[in-house]
This record gives sequence, structure tokens and C-alpha cells, in this order.
Amino acid sequence: MSPHTERPAAERVVTVPPAGDGRDGRRRDGEPTRERQVHEPHRVGLPPIGAYVADLWRRREFAFEMSRTDLRAQHFNTVFGQLWLVINPLLLACVYFILVDILHAGSRGTDFFAHLMAGLFAYHFVSDAVRQGAKSVVAGGRLILNTAFPRALLPLSSVMTAFMRFVPTIAIYAPVHVASGLPIDATLLWVVPIVALLALLASGVAMLVAAAQVYFRDISSFLPYVLRIWLYASPVLYYAHEVPERYGVILDVNPIAPLLTALSEVLSQGEVPAAGVLGLGLVWAAGIFVVGALFFVSREREFAVRL
Amino acid sequence: MQSASNGHSASDGHSIKVEGLSVTYRTSYERAPTFRNTLIRLGRRQRMVREIDALKDVSFSVRHGTVLGILGANGAGKSTLVRTIAGILPPTSGRVELEGRVSTLLALGVGFNKQLSGRENVVLGGLAAGLSRSEMEAKYEEIVEFAELEDFMDLPMRTYSSGMYGRLAFSVAVNMDPDILLIDEALSVGDARFRRKSFDKMRELCGQARTIVLVSHALGSIRELCDEAIWMHKGEVRGWDEPDAVIEAYTRFLDVGEDAVTLEDV
Repeated sequence: MSPHTERPAAERVVTVPPAGDGRDGRRRDGEPTRERQVHEPHRVGLPPIGAYVADLWRRREFAFEMSRTDLRAQHFNTVFGQLWLVINPLLLACVYFILVDILHAGSRGTDFFAHLMAGLFAYHFVSDAVRQGAKSVVAGGRLILNTAFPRALLPLSSVMTAFMRFVPTIAIYAPVHVASGLPIDATLLWVVPIVALLALLASGVAMLVAAAQVYFRDISSFLPYVLRIWLYASPVLYYAHEVPERYGVILDVNPIAPLLTALSEVLSQGEVPAAGVLGLGLVWAAGIFVVGALFFVSREREFAVRL
Repeated sequence: MQSASNGHSASDGHSIKVEGLSVTYRTSYERAPTFRNTLIRLGRRQRMVREIDALKDVSFSVRHGTVLGILGANGAGKSTLVRTIAGILPPTSGRVELEGRVSTLLALGVGFNKQLSGRENVVLGGLAAGLSRSEMEAKYEEIVEFAELEDFMDLPMRTYSSGMYGRLAFSVAVNMDPDILLIDEALSVGDARFRRKSFDKMRELCGQARTIVLVSHALGSIRELCDEAIWMHKGEVRGWDEPDAVIEAYTRFLDVGEDAVTLEDV
């Protein structure tokens, strides 16, 4: 038997449509156009970014739904589920406050409590996103093996979930802010861009870790330690300006430090964040986002083989 | 995925064009890919990666409204081929050109999360496949009705029987309004009545000039449903012809003969 049998005779007649008709991909009976897709090897390891982003945007509903489903699974929509989301960070903030106050011989006031709480909640937003994002690709394995979609939707939906879990903690911070007699004015609006930059940073780290997790499954087991050290290296349990000169380098190389510093300036000092601090935070967040996204996207086509 | 801007076009009556497609992938055969193991391996200078030539220079094309059967022994590259057409696996060389929306029903576990309810899985699957929320809402009732699972949609899928699981998967795949439907060994779902129903649904789809690619070991299904068939062997196309001729060549090659066992899904 020859390796390639000829096609059936009836099928060999190919009607060639008039030139120019080819590109628009119309159905023969004049129905709406069909989408055209081409799968080709990537020459540089990256798919065309424009098309990728467009595809990502078209399927954003999937990320929202994925995040909603996660939240439902965590009983986010029940009273006790919400309560737990609030009690847990509140307890943690109290424990840390007492600890730091003891170390400072009881000299910490309520404004420091506000600083600690805000920093801790903001940090938890990022670390929650990273922790969930790390698992997202491996946990979404079945969907990845069966459907072609931009895989970056998975870590991004983790960031959304973390954000939704972050929102109720604002409600516990607010009374502490008021009780501490901290100013309430338009300066507080600076929180919005800072949280947006934190989300950008969280997305970048989440994508980086999610892709790495496919190759090294033990990342999720040492991630909690890394995240805890990252917390101690961030200006949460102390003010950024209290860090002694010889340890200054820790904040210099910590991507989240400028953003948390800016947040503390806005909330517990009622000041507009210094342009330099905010600019540094922007550079870190954008840089890490680009690195994480490029790494994830250049690797994502291999996920189906590695899972 | 990209809309091609070059001169090639699949719209000369073809909905799938596969040209010189080769897929080589590297799989690692270590038990668990971990950082620790990688470090240990680097120390020993051993590699635990094997290259697999799953597809070698495969070319064929499928015209609108055709049902193409793909048959071949285990390991012939059928599933790899279907997953490459679906855009899940990247091609190593060559190209795949598709015209229309693709819906998949693949053997390696449909993309359902067993912890989530049937409803959540259907909606998530549809959104991942690129449908909008309103499209998904419009199709939802149809999907549930076709799968005959009205009373079970809010239960987690781990409570489903395998028949229910398969019925829902099939129903989602065919009701996505696909232009191209890729089915990988998933027809043995449900009882005889549901199978009849799924055959009828596929006939209806190809009556509307939709294209179906069907991978099956059930030669009877291929013969009944397909207009053309491809026989794959070790990553290469061995034959491409009318189903009867391909099945005859294939069974002669396997030396099993056609009997009730090879014709039916077991």
C-alpha cells in the first residue's frame, strides 16, 4: 500500500472562488464571516503581542467568572465567610502590633496601629494574589489540556480574587483610621493609584511564579517562607524612615517597599506621597509586570505538554 | 492564535488545512518536576527529558461540511494531531489553518473541575472557549436539555456518574455553535439512546456545512458518520480515502479483521 492513498475522485474537484473573495472567509451561502486562525511555530518564542492582548481582552469574562467561582468556593458570599476574611487579618494586625509595641517598650501609638494595619492588608493583597496565582496554572490543568485560550487569564483571575478579598478589609481599616484622629481629606485619594500599582506588581509576580510552578512544583512549598521574609523586609512592622542606614539596601531592592512607603505617607501622615517614592514604585511595578508577563507568555504554549 | 494577514487562505472551500505539520515535544519523565530534583540532576549531569516525534510532516485538508475520521493504533499521534489543530499544542514546524470557531471534545478528561457544579463548569468552559456571557446564557438551557441533566446542574460534578459527565461534555461541545468540531474518542458516552442522539446531532451539524473531525477506535462509528478517513501510523498519514477503503487497509494491516469487537466501542 502506498503511503498516501489518493483522495476520493469526487473530492478532487476543487472549486476556486474568485480572487479577492479568499481573504474575507465568507461562508459559501453568504452567512456571517468565520473567524480565521492560523497555528504556526513561534519564531521568537513569543506570540504576536497585539493579537494576544486582544484575545485576552475578549475573554476577560472568563477571568471574572473564574474569580467569582473561586470566591463562591471560599464562601465569600456568606456572612461567616466574610466575617472570617475580616477577623483573620484583624487578629494578625493585633498580634503584630503587640509584638512591635513590646519591642519598642510600649512607645507605639494608635497612628502606628493604623500604619501597620494598612501596610499589612496591602501586603496581604499582594501575597494572597501571588499564592493563589502560583497554583492557578497547575490547578487549571484540565482546562489547559482541553481548551485553547490565553493562559495568562488564570493568574490574572487570581489577582482579581485576591482583590475581592482585600476590599472588605478596607472596612476594618476605616474605623481605626477615624479613631486615631488621622486626617480625612482629598489626599486619601492617592490610595487608589497606589493600590492599582500594587495590583500591577502582584500580577507580574503571580505570572512569574505561576509559570515557574509548572517546571518546579516545589515552589508552592517554599513560597510561604519567601512571602513571610518579604513581609519582614517591607516597611510594615516599622516605618520606612526608621530603617538604619546599614539596612537601607533592603528597602532599595524590595519592589514593594516604595509603594508601601507611599501608602503609609498618605494614610498615617496625611501627606501627598513624594514623587520620587511613587515614581520608584511605578518603575518596580511596571518592570516586574513586564518581566512576569513576557516570561509567562513565552512559556505558556509549553504548559499543555508539561502538565 | 492570530488572524493571518498573508496570502494563504483556507476559504477555498476548506475549513481545515494542515500543511507539513510536525510536532516534536520534550517530555520530562521524572516523577515530579521539582526544583530540588533539578538541582540533584544537575549535580549528576543527567537529563530526564525525552524528545517525542509525535507527528511527522502531516498534510491534509478538510472541506466545509465534511466529517473526517481519524483512525490508527494507540500512539499513532491522533490525539496530538487533534490537539494541535485545536491550538492547544504548538506545532514544531508546518502550519494549521482554520476557518471558523473550533469546539473540542477531547479524550484526556474534559476540562471540568469536579469540585465545581455542572452549571459553573459549563459557563467557565464556554467563556474560556471564547463565547460571550450573553451567548453563553442563550445556549445554557439548550446544553442542559440536550444532556438531560436539568436536575443536576447545581450539584458538584464529583457526584455525577461517568455517563452524566460524558453527556454534559458532549452537549457543551456540540452546542457551542462550532464551525469545526473536534472529537477525540468521546463517543462511547451515555447509553445507546444518547449515542443515537449524538450521532443525529453530528449529522445535523454537518448538514449546516460544519466540519467535524472524529477520532475513534470504533470502526463502525467511522463508517457510519464519516465522509473521509485518515489512517495514521507512528505520526505519519498512511492513508486518506473513503472510510471503507481506509478501514479495510487498516484492519488488514492490523490483521484483526472486521468483527463485532472492532466495529463497536467496547
